[in-house]
Amino acid sequence: MAADEEELSINEQAISASEDEEGSDDERKHKKLLEAISSMGSRKRKKQNERSEASVQVSEFFVNAEGTGEKVNLSDLLGTVEKTSGASNKTKKQLRNLQSSKETLELPLNKQQTEKIQRGIAYEKTAAEVSCWRNIILQNQKAEQMVFPLNQESPGPKRVEQVVAGWKVQTPLEQEIFRLLHINSQPVDDPVLTPVEEQSLKAMSLEEAKIRRAELQKARALQSYYEAKAKREKKIKSKKYHKVQRKAKCKDFLKQFDEMVKTNPEGALEELKKMELSRMEERMSLKHQNSGKWAKSKAIMAKYDDSARKAMQEQLQMNKDLTQKIVVPSDDEHESNEEGLETIPDFVNDSEPVIDSVNPWMRGQLTHEEPEVSCVTTEDVQTAEEENEEEELVGEFERKRKLRQADEEDLIPTEEERKRAGLKKIQPASEVVEEDVVEVSDKEEEDDDDDDEEEEEEDVSEFNTLFRLMRSEKTLEGSNQTREGLNTPGQEDEEGLLNEGQIRVRNIEDLEVLGEFVDPQPIAEPSLPRTAAVEATSEPPYKKKREIDLKEVLTKEAKAVKVPFLPTVVDEEERDEQISIIKEAFAGDDVISDFIKDKSKLEAAGRPEVVDLTLPGWGEWGGVGLKPSRWKRKRERDEQISIIKEAFAGDDVISDFIKDKSKLEAAGRPEVVDLTLPGWGEWGGVGLKPSRWKRKRFRIKTAPPPPRQDQKLPDVIISENRNASVASHQVSQLPFPFQNTAQFESSIRTPIGPTWNTQSVVKNMTKPKVITKMGAIIEPMVKEDFIKNKTTTPGGKGPAIMLGENKRAKEGTKRSSEKHRGRRSQKRRK
Amino acid sequence: MSAVMPELLTSTHVEKMKKKKPPKRYWEETENTDQSQRRPEEEEGKAGQNQNESTVKERPLKRKNDERLEKKDPFPGEAPIPHKQLQKFQRGEKCKVPAGARRRLKEAITSSEAMSEHAQKQAARYDLLLPEDAGFLEGDEDEDTNTISQDDIADAVDITSGSKYFSLHLSQFGPYRLDYSRTGRHLLVGGKKGHVACIDWQTKDLMCEMNVMETVNDVKWLHTEAMFAVAQKRWLYIYDSKGVELHCVKKFNDVLRMQFLPYHFLLATASATGFLQYLDVSVGKEVAAICTKMGRLDVMAQNPHNAVIHLGHPNGTISLWSPNQKEPLVKMLCHRGAVRSLTVDKTGTYMVTSGLDRKLKVYDIRAFKPLHSCFLPAGASCLSLSQRGLLSAATGDIVQVYQNILGSSPVSKPYMAHRLRGQIWGLAYCPFEDVLGIGHGEGFTSMIVPGAGEPNFDALDTNPFRSYEQRQEWEVKALLEKVQPELIGLHPEQLSKVDQASFEQRHKEQVEALGFDPLAKVKFKPKTKKKGRSSAGAIEKRKRKVAHEDQRDEIRQSVQERTEREKELKEKSNEKKLGNKSTLDRFRK
Repeated sequence: MAADEEELSINEQAISASEDEEGSDDERKHKKLLEAISSMGSRKRKKQNERSEASVQVSEFFVNAEGTGEKVNLSDLLGTVEKTSGASNKTKKQLRNLQSSKETLELPLNKQQTEKIQRGIAYEKTAAEVSCWRNIILQNQKAEQMVFPLNQESPGPKRVEQVVAGWKVQTPLEQEIFRLLHINSQPVDDPVLTPVEEQSLKAMSLEEAKIRRAELQKARALQSYYEAKAKREKKIKSKKYHKVQRKAKCKDFLKQFDEMVKTNPEGALEELKKMELSRMEERMSLKHQNSGKWAKSKAIMAKYDDSARKAMQEQLQMNKDLTQKIVVPSDDEHESNEEGLETIPDFVNDSEPVIDSVNPWMRGQLTHEEPEVSCVTTEDVQTAEEENEEEELVGEFERKRKLRQADEEDLIPTEEERKRAGLKKIQPASEVVEEDVVEVSDKEEEDDDDDDEEEEEEDVSEFNTLFRLMRSEKTLEGSNQTREGLNTPGQEDEEGLLNEGQIRVRNIEDLEVLGEFVDPQPIAEPSLPRTAAVEATSEPPYKKKREIDLKEVLTKEAKAVKVPFLPTVVDEEERDEQISIIKEAFAGDDVISDFIKDKSKLEAAGRPEVVDLTLPGWGEWGGVGLKPSRWKRKRERDEQISIIKEAFAGDDVISDFIKDKSKLEAAGRPEVVDLTLPGWGEWGGVGLKPSRWKRKRFRIKTAPPPPRQDQKLPDVIISENRNASVASHQVSQLPFPFQNTAQFESSIRTPIGPTWNTQSVVKNMTKPKVITKMGAIIEPMVKEDFIKNKTTTPGGKGPAIMLGENKRAKEGTKRSSEKHRGRRSQKRRK
Repeated sequence: MSAVMPELLTSTHVEKMKKKKPPKRYWEETENTDQSQRRPEEEEGKAGQNQNESTVKERPLKRKNDERLEKKDPFPGEAPIPHKQLQKFQRGEKCKVPAGARRRLKEAITSSEAMSEHAQKQAARYDLLLPEDAGFLEGDEDEDTNTISQDDIADAVDITSGSKYFSLHLSQFGPYRLDYSRTGRHLLVGGKKGHVACIDWQTKDLMCEMNVMETVNDVKWLHTEAMFAVAQKRWLYIYDSKGVELHCVKKFNDVLRMQFLPYHFLLATASATGFLQYLDVSVGKEVAAICTKMGRLDVMAQNPHNAVIHLGHPNGTISLWSPNQKEPLVKMLCHRGAVRSLTVDKTGTYMVTSGLDRKLKVYDIRAFKPLHSCFLPAGASCLSLSQRGLLSAATGDIVQVYQNILGSSPVSKPYMAHRLRGQIWGLAYCPFEDVLGIGHGEGFTSMIVPGAGEPNFDALDTNPFRSYEQRQEWEVKALLEKVQPELIGLHPEQLSKVDQASFEQRHKEQVEALGFDPLAKVKFKPKTKKKGRSSAGAIEKRKRKVAHEDQRDEIRQSVQERTEREKELKEKSNEKKLGNKSTLDRFRK
């Protein structure tokens, strides 16, 4: 209460002081006084805080809602217009029309629709803007070669004047360098020291420099200490601490401010302005007016709770403090305040101080010195209290911390104990369980074993039966097969053999004739050659050779060649000549020995073909130890000899080849898969074959492979193997724009190497897609670059009227281009 | 012989022989080609027009006109290229843009077409730079060219050409095999009895000479004249041009014949054991060794077009091989008797073979069809085709040269013939020269065969006049452009085709190549579960459960084994302890 009384007295003093100054302020002062009085009671004060003053007073700052409900007519507003002569007839007419028209304005479209329309328009605009790029982009995509940067000067030689006169700092690098040199006042030529350095040398001596350096060091150290401190303090989490800090700072600030007013009035003014700003903000907002949720709840509590009341009061106080007009007393005023009222204030005589020159409000004596002071005092008290509280709090914290630690220490052992106990409890159970499990598993295993054994026995028995069955089947099949083998394949083989025996392809001409048949199916010739062969047996091999008679066969087609140095051989004694020739041919070569070796080998290989036809006991006594008669053996030997001779004749070269080829062809043919199941759908058993229909039905023939390359070449075998090694280098998938392989293959048919092309073509073919200039910055394409050379239409020919949108679009483009340019220029500037 | 010589010399063979025509010069009277014919006409026409114009106009104007006329190009535009020349450089069929093709396709096709057309035109234009033409020997009426002796020719031609007819009498070390280097400058001869020599045959400069003291079966230059391979009795040796032995390749034994594939840097050898082996001389690695199962391989040739090796066999067949396939690419029956010799022409179109049946056959090896065959009474032991398609055949001790043998009609008589002393053992045409080298029992003979060599050489590929440094540079470039042996196949153009094999086939090949199936093990893909159990974390967890299953199994096994082992050890030690324990131990302190 004592504080309040003080306040009052101060107020009164203030009033008394200001009374004599201005009469117009009387009312306000009176109101203030009333407020001050009313603020003493809590209830009234609360009432006062409501914003009711607007309705009471009419002022230019408030909108009065007195005349609500009355409509405003146009005539009311513009009635005077009719009468005034100055207004034009046109406007009058328009106004009249407006009055007469009863149409209401259409409702504005809803938000979604308007947005949609806007979007549509925006899209069109941007599409139009973007589409002008399309051509150039396409062109660049199509271009075989791009050279960057785009707008290069022509590389040809320049005139001397151009080069000499027009030398400027052109490249950005040069520009930058020169700019830097200029700014730092660096020498463009080459003196030892720069002007800046010289200046600095002149400026101070060494000792001075040292002192200065020490000072600087100190300052830096202090700064770093301060920073560290601030950081540390900033980290503290306690709200209360910060509050106290803040308040202390505030106090400090006030003190400083007082000083500042004396020393640095401009800075003070700035601070004042800041305060003014904060005041304005406070006046604008409802903050600190106890109208919020929290304040209302507190208001309810305030009856019973002292602290709540206090808090509310604090809030209000804050508001008051902030909304109060702050007028910083000038030095003189302070003095006057301090000195009292006895002396006449100096400022009456003094000329205006420098600060006040700007602010007319600062001229007069302060009216609101007291509340500020009071504020400070209250704050002081509060801070003092709070500091105490703070200390208490800190103490409490420490206590609590200690307590907590103690608790934790207590807790840990208990938990451990608990755990131990739990473990003790749990362990035996698990052991039991495990034992159980083991037992159970053992039992199961035993059971399983038993089962297994039984099963195995069963299996074995089953297996045995199966096996027996299988064997029986096999034997059956075997018997079948043997029978079949006896029937069909054997026959076929025999036929084959017979056929082969019958082939007597004499030479290649014959072979070529054979080739006309698609299958080299040997034709059964009449038995003539055989007889011939038999006849041939009587002659010695030497004669046999002659008997082959190459000439007879070969001269048919081939012409004998006359050689000047060689007597024409052909017509003379055949035998000797030929022998000599062959000898000559073989002379030095060991071909003949090889040849003979090969032949003998072949003969050995050919021997199995000689079927032993002697049937022991056929036409004579048979039995163990009895051999077929001599003449029979002799005949066989003769035959063999004849065969050897035949082998030498060279005929079998052809037949061998044919055999090889047919073998390969057979290997290439897909096999027929037989899926018939005997006894499925019909009676099965020993001696029963699946029906013919079934065999036909379940024999799967795969599609025949594509015809061999050498199908029509009887004397050629071409391997059908794929060349996989090349395949790894081949293109396996058709590349993009091509639709079929022919297109792609034709597109790569021309080689690009210098081996096949002239130099210029190679260069042209292998030129790079993109060429960049070393060190040049490649900037993004600007619209001017390509539009410039396209639309060089003079301005007069353009359309006179431009649609709004278009105009805007153009403007937009311009702007964008300007932007581009701007960016460029910025870059350059940089 | 010597008695006959003077007579022959008196006869005027110079007239009979039409030497190589000198290149046409621009000042010489040229036969009017269609180009030159057309041009004057055009000129005339234009001049006439201009005259007409000038007559109409006034005098000063006319003067101006004349000035313009002087400046005007009488042959505007590019020079026309004869159709024939263009066709010579045609590559494949042109592709037309299909109707309704998309833009990109259209662009791709048109640009590629334009490019290939440009290339073709340029090549046809540059064909002008190959002016040299080959000439031939022409006889008088009712005189066979094959009766003209070498001495006469040598006397008739200029001295440098005449010096190309020479013979080396090397009767001591038996029949010789020979090889010319690719540029045609250097000659390598190898005698059966071990004599090896390399000669710069034009200057007659002996580079090296030695006796390897072993039977020499074949000799071959490698990619440059700095190295050559000699197939000796047991191993294959590689020497440098100074005769220093560089390598003895013991992987290659009993080699009988060799071929060098210059663009692949492969030395292909055929051995008496029936092996065809490929040695990469750039890295010294054996690329492939194929057991042909065809017996002794003493007939061998290469197809310069596709680098396929042709082998002739005693059973009258000829087989074609590439290093990528273990079986012959093609096997064709050519002769009734053994094949004695074979050769393939430069373009890879024709193959000429001769066999024990004394026939000489010409095959089209693109179609594998015989074109024609002729009967040589003596048979041909050696065959060789020149760059211009002249065939030389060695029959006994006579070398016959045939012209136009690669045509469709068979020839009746040889173009040239030359008798030598002793059995002919090797025949080879010198590249870019009208020279045929013959290795025989009495040494080596170089014989002039007009019209044999290619008159125009590609200096970047094989330059007969290249310097040492040029050779070095060429070597580096050739190595950089080396063709990999995988690309050898019957059809070299296969590389530019799209591989249309099915996925299965490709997969099968992959499996074969890798030795395992890369797609066999399907990657674990966790099932999608509901109620948030298929979150990324959950899926990862489930994946982790089955991750590294194989490794885990292995680890598990190893751990189990280890524990078992430890157990056993423990037991053993326990037993030991128990065994050592005595009843008196309890009294121990």
